Amino acid sequence: MNHVYGWLLLLPAAVFLLAFTHYPTVATLMQSFFSESTALRPSVFVGLENYELLAEDEIFWKVLNNNLWYAAGTIPTSIAIAILMAIWVNRRLPGRGLVRMAYFTPTILPMIAVANIWLFFYTPEIGLFDQIGAVFGMPSQNWLGDPDLVLGSLIVMTIWKEAGFFMIFYLAALQSLPPELEEAAHLEGAGRWYFFWRVTFPLLMPTTLFVMINAVINSFKMVDHLFILTKGGPDNASSLLLYYIFEVAFSFFDESYAATLTVVLLVLLAVIAVGQFVLMDKRIHYR
Amino acid sequence: MLRTMKHLTGGVAMAAALVLGLGGAAQAKTELTMYYPVAVGGPLTKIVDGLVADFEKENQDIKVNAIYAGNYNDARIKALAALKSGNPAQLSVMFSIDIYELIEQGAIVAFDDIVETAEEKAWLKKFYPALMENGITQGKTWGIPFQRSTIVMYYNKDAFRDAGLDPDSPPATWGDLVSAGKKLTKADGSRWGMMIPSTGYPYWMFGALTKQNGQTLMHGDGNKTYFDAPATVEALQFWKDLGNKYAVMPKGTIEWGTLRQNFLEGKTAIMWHSTGNLTTVKKKAKFDFGVAMLPAKKSRGTPTGGGNFYIFKKTSPAERKAALTFIRWMTAPERTALWSKQTGYIGTRPDAYQTTILKDYVVEFPPAAVARDQLDFATAELSTYQTGRVRKLLDDAIQAALTGSKSPGDALGSAQKQADRLLKRYR
Repeated sequence: MNHVYGWLLLLPAAVFLLAFTHYPTVATLMQSFFSESTALRPSVFVGLENYELLAEDEIFWKVLNNNLWYAAGTIPTSIAIAILMAIWVNRRLPGRGLVRMAYFTPTILPMIAVANIWLFFYTPEIGLFDQIGAVFGMPSQNWLGDPDLVLGSLIVMTIWKEAGFFMIFYLAALQSLPPELEEAAHLEGAGRWYFFWRVTFPLLMPTTLFVMINAVINSFKMVDHLFILTKGGPDNASSLLLYYIFEVAFSFFDESYAATLTVVLLVLLAVIAVGQFVLMDKRIHYR
Repeated sequence: MLRTMKHLTGGVAMAAALVLGLGGAAQAKTELTMYYPVAVGGPLTKIVDGLVADFEKENQDIKVNAIYAGNYNDARIKALAALKSGNPAQLSVMFSIDIYELIEQGAIVAFDDIVETAEEKAWLKKFYPALMENGITQGKTWGIPFQRSTIVMYYNKDAFRDAGLDPDSPPATWGDLVSAGKKLTKADGSRWGMMIPSTGYPYWMFGALTKQNGQTLMHGDGNKTYFDAPATVEALQFWKDLGNKYAVMPKGTIEWGTLRQNFLEGKTAIMWHSTGNLTTVKKKAKFDFGVAMLPAKKSRGTPTGGGNFYIFKKTSPAERKAALTFIRWMTAPERTALWSKQTGYIGTRPDAYQTTILKDYVVEFPPAAVARDQLDFATAELSTYQTGRVRKLLDDAIQAALTGSKSPGDALGSAQKQADRLLKRYR
């Protein structure tokens, strides 16, 4: 009887999960084995043909490569900055509340709004960065129009947007650390850096794992800014995997190929998440 | 118990009223649902709602639900989704270049199959031929021009005076453009001669350059592109040279979204942009500005752009008739003139410019006539089967050439090869 009761309690959540997460995942996988469907040419089973197409698709490889660089560029830096900011605003300093709020502000802004603002920061000649550069006699740069600069420009904006969000988690973690540890370390004559590296940082590892997983997922799922800033250009230099999926699905109307790309994205994220859990779990001190 | 009874009677009464009401309406009215997009700023939804209300007043037997559906892409996605769900719209305004996609999906019906009387058939010929190019294929008319635009050249007359150029004779040829650009460009980088945007819609701007060089980008059947034709490559080389060789334009790509601001702040003396910006530039420019036709190499040229009316296939004969009535009413000369004046879109038919509304407006604001006069040199916007993919091939090729990662010939050559692969099965 208890079993039935338990299952009944779980039922509403399970239904939603099945309908909106598990069913679409399976349907996507199925569709990736079928050809594109139009009114004149109905969809037929093509086996792995979509995956073969994908292997030959230069844009896919370029976009995947971009996405890896984007992840590598945003994640470590934004985590490092988040820890720094958290330690800074965890101390007693005048106007602490204000500083915390200021660091957190970028997080609450919608990505589309942020992109619209940064579009004008990055504009050559009249943009903020070029105007600041001009004061120091730097030449004007075409930040979003130069394939060598565009991905870096997006990375900088993303770090600005993300670091404040991660800071909140680190701040919460820092406040739960017992103050005796610092006093003890002080008595033993440990320096500040030594204390951070040997005591604080290891104790923050559970938070770091959580933040890392979030950051990795974000670096693959946040593409809102591309719609405003670059539309993936110039020549796909700033396009990311999810944006490419959107293009294939809603601009090319090739749902099957979009499904194939989605399967690749899902597998990629699953592998990374499992890898993080397995590798990092060993190094984490849970208290 | 009493309360339940009350509820029941109330419910029955309401249901009866509903049935009666619906029955009455079904007898008299044909109901139409229409999606329409808004791609430029301004209170366009209000204008459309006003037009629909006027139409319903004059045609008591037709009811029109006009639904604003976002940008062109959203409108197409929503209309196609409604079609699949079995609850489709009867007509819609959608991107003129969606025509092949809509035909391939079996979504739309040709106007030739709906018009009956001689008067209705003559109506199909009332519009500017250049605006019909994106609406005609396989010998039939599928789209009727509604909100249409072209590219024009905006130029800063104060900057022209400052550089010793005649502000009333804007460059009319590619050669003039380069020499004027050199005089307008300041060595310290505080002002560029010109800017042609190359993000967002590079293929559209490129359509202008190729037309000026005497070449179109695709065949009218939508199954062949001319990306690697010598004149196409030459046009891309010229675009690239403006930045790299003549140095009258910044190198790399130029952002569509911020270009207008660049022009308004005097950072560029000339910009090529949609006529859709005319009203905003007129409001915000703090300097004396002019609007001119794009210059010529072999001839002048610009692609058209914007949205057409389509009628869907899943409609009853009565609905088709009603939709035709509505579209004819919306595109009548007087309405077209008013629409053009209120929005900045081109009047889609010559007789609209014979109305007092547009005659007066053109006198009061001459730039409004530039887009019209340029229609004589206009061509269709790039549109093929698999149009999203083909367009992206060209966009990528243009950006690769402008940023220097490929030569114009190589970039366009490989784009053509891939386009051929996509379009082969439509020939």
